[in-house]
Amino acid sequence: MRQILELLERDAQLSHDTLATMTGIPVEEVSAAVAAWEASGAIRRYKAVVDWDAVDGDSTAETVTAFIDVSLAPARGVGFDDVAERIARFPEVRSVYLVSGSQDLRCTVDGRSIRAVSDFVSQKLSTIDRVRSTATHFVLKTYKRDGDSFAAPEADHRLPVTP
Amino acid sequence: MRPLNSVIAACPPSGIRRFFDIAAEMDDVISLGVGEPDFVTPWRIREAGIYALEHGYTTYTSNAGLPRLRELICDDLAGRYGATYDPRDECLITTGVSEGLDLVLRVLLNPGDEVIVPEPCYVAYEPCVGFAGGTPVRVPTRWEDDFAIAADVVAAAITPRTKAILIGSPANPTGAVQPRAALEALVRLAEEHDLYLISDEIYDRLTYDGVHTCLGALARDRTVLLGGFSKAHAMTGWRVGWICAPQPVAELCVRVHQYTMLCAPHVSQLAAVEALSGPDDDVEGMVADYDRRRRVFVKGLREIGLDCPEPGGAFYAFPSIRSSGLDSETFAERLLHAESVAVVPGNVFGPSGEGHIRCSYATALPQLEEALVRIDRFLHSL
Repeated sequence: MRQILELLERDAQLSHDTLATMTGIPVEEVSAAVAAWEASGAIRRYKAVVDWDAVDGDSTAETVTAFIDVSLAPARGVGFDDVAERIARFPEVRSVYLVSGSQDLRCTVDGRSIRAVSDFVSQKLSTIDRVRSTATHFVLKTYKRDGDSFAAPEADHRLPVTP
Repeated sequence: MRPLNSVIAACPPSGIRRFFDIAAEMDDVISLGVGEPDFVTPWRIREAGIYALEHGYTTYTSNAGLPRLRELICDDLAGRYGATYDPRDECLITTGVSEGLDLVLRVLLNPGDEVIVPEPCYVAYEPCVGFAGGTPVRVPTRWEDDFAIAADVVAAAITPRTKAILIGSPANPTGAVQPRAALEALVRLAEEHDLYLISDEIYDRLTYDGVHTCLGALARDRTVLLGGFSKAHAMTGWRVGWICAPQPVAELCVRVHQYTMLCAPHVSQLAAVEALSGPDDDVEGMVADYDRRRRVFVKGLREIGLDCPEPGGAFYAFPSIRSSGLDSETFAERLLHAESVAVVPGNVFGPSGEGHIRCSYATALPQLEEALVRIDRFLHSL
């Protein structure tokens, strides 16, 4: 069953029929499993991986992304969880991780401009109680994201007919 | 001009070449005619090749190949199949299995020796036997038997001049995997008649429904084992293969190799070391992908009315096109012109391949699905 999830993670458009053929699992079982994963939240949602740099002429598609390291004062009983969850609720925040090292949280934040991200950090993130400091790193270029390389696909150099 | 070599001059060009020439001039061809992986060599292996170049490994190696690579190959064979060969004098690295086949046949055969070749089979088997001065003796296999080699049919073809049986399993073009029982029967025949077994196992890692049987494990002392990195590690262009054989055979193979090829490319050998040293994830991932495409493609062929035996290995489907009323060459040529789908006619792999086409599913799933739509449309147009 796990391989159904792996296949969907790579290509969410695969039909249940195709998944059944690929895995040898009856289509009814595939459909039931997918429905159950959707209901339980194991499948959170289906999405496309977009390389926005490749979307020509659409300036509104451009976003600025920054990694923001956050240092926190922990609180008795909850550690960092309450602040981390509060930060995660902002729509500008794409991911939040508790990390080891000199900082506590690593967040990914999207904004329409450098100014927008800076405003978010200075006015919303830094002003949260127990946030001690932040360090912002703007993304200049994306080479790979979440396992997907953004380099041009490698050309098929094979001859059309070979032995 | 005086006449050229009569054996080579009499050998017709491969039927595959003709289809390549036609397909190469057409645009937007969906090719199911490709006998190599659609994966590029995994990055860690490519990086090892780059590292080798950067550090100047641009020299000859010993004739038999890098000792480390030979050790890894022998360890791998012993670990997976229990086939034991000594890396010092029973293993050599060749420039692909193609060179390995040529070497072995030249070493084993004297003029007039016969080699039994079950067909349909890889296009090079018969010509290479001829180039080495031998005579290929075709033995048919039937799709009704899943192309299993029947020992009684082989036995009937044995003469006092028979020297060897040449087997490819898993097979190009049929995808057939020889069952252990069929191979054991061949071993008994080989022992009875004192024959060599030449076993091309280049597709050994690409099996889907069962376990690959290595002839080197069944009959080590009379088997010449051919393998390489092209298929499982997607390294066709690197040209690295190997021969494992009893010491007297391997020694003579090295002798021919040292005067003809000298050694396999150094950079490629180091890349092959990385292929065998690293984790198996890449191979397992590729095999899983081929398996999924195989299921979708074979089911699709059957749904559009082409009877297709279940290919247990390699990455070829070999459906029957007899229901179309066309011979395989006409079918392939008309399909190419009408729908721009390139397949290889089954008859180029031997008479038993007539009535079939070879379709490689080493192609992205959307391309396979589009090819099925086009073949279906072609069948309805007949």
